[in-house]
Amino acid sequence: MDAKTLYEALRKMQEPKGYFFNKDLDGMTMPLLENLLVNKARYGHMVCPCRLGAGSFEKDRDIVCPCAYREADVAEYGSCFCGLYVTQAWNEGTIPQRTVPERRPEEKLLAALLGD
Amino acid sequence: MSQKKVKVYALSTCIHCKHAKKYLDDMGVAYECVHVDELTGDERKAMVEEVRRFNPATSFPTVVIDDNCVVIGFKKDELDKYLG
Repeated sequence: MDAKTLYEALRKMQEPKGYFFNKDLDGMTMPLLENLLVNKARYGHMVCPCRLGAGSFEKDRDIVCPCAYREADVAEYGSCFCGLYVTQAWNEGTIPQRTVPERRPEEKLLAALLGD
Repeated sequence: MSQKKVKVYALSTCIHCKHAKKYLDDMGVAYECVHVDELTGDERKAMVEEVRRFNPATSFPTVVIDDNCVVIGFKKDELDKYLG
């Protein structure tokens, strides 16, 4: 699969739920989709490209795209942590485009990355 | 050009990391970059611990300037403030 195929497949699934791809296709969306495929090849699952995967699906479950934090991030900031999924208002520039802080709990990250 | 010591903790797949590095390049700032996702085993764990000391959320990019100023995420304003 290539990033363009992934784009079309995901767009059809996510837009009806209110999650839109970042309109900056060249600067954001396509590189992020390409890196989701890099992580798929690397870990076997599509870990968020902006997070460090542990490699085990169980440990990475909450950060497999779309991550468990997308809903809360998009509701609060209009964008997910990595900026792949945004609201229409975010794309239209009618809300501030802020840096989204990491919402993943520290203990989860530590268990995934430093646990045995 | 900044003479400050700049270290960027990044992921090779992260778009914010890529943009931050490009911004530093455009500013003419020399920096050391570690792609933590390209490390494995104990080396990776040690680097995660190192990032945690500056940024408990261990998110990327984490940019450390002169070992004490920490910019979390790609924030041009903060980078300008510390490096401009």
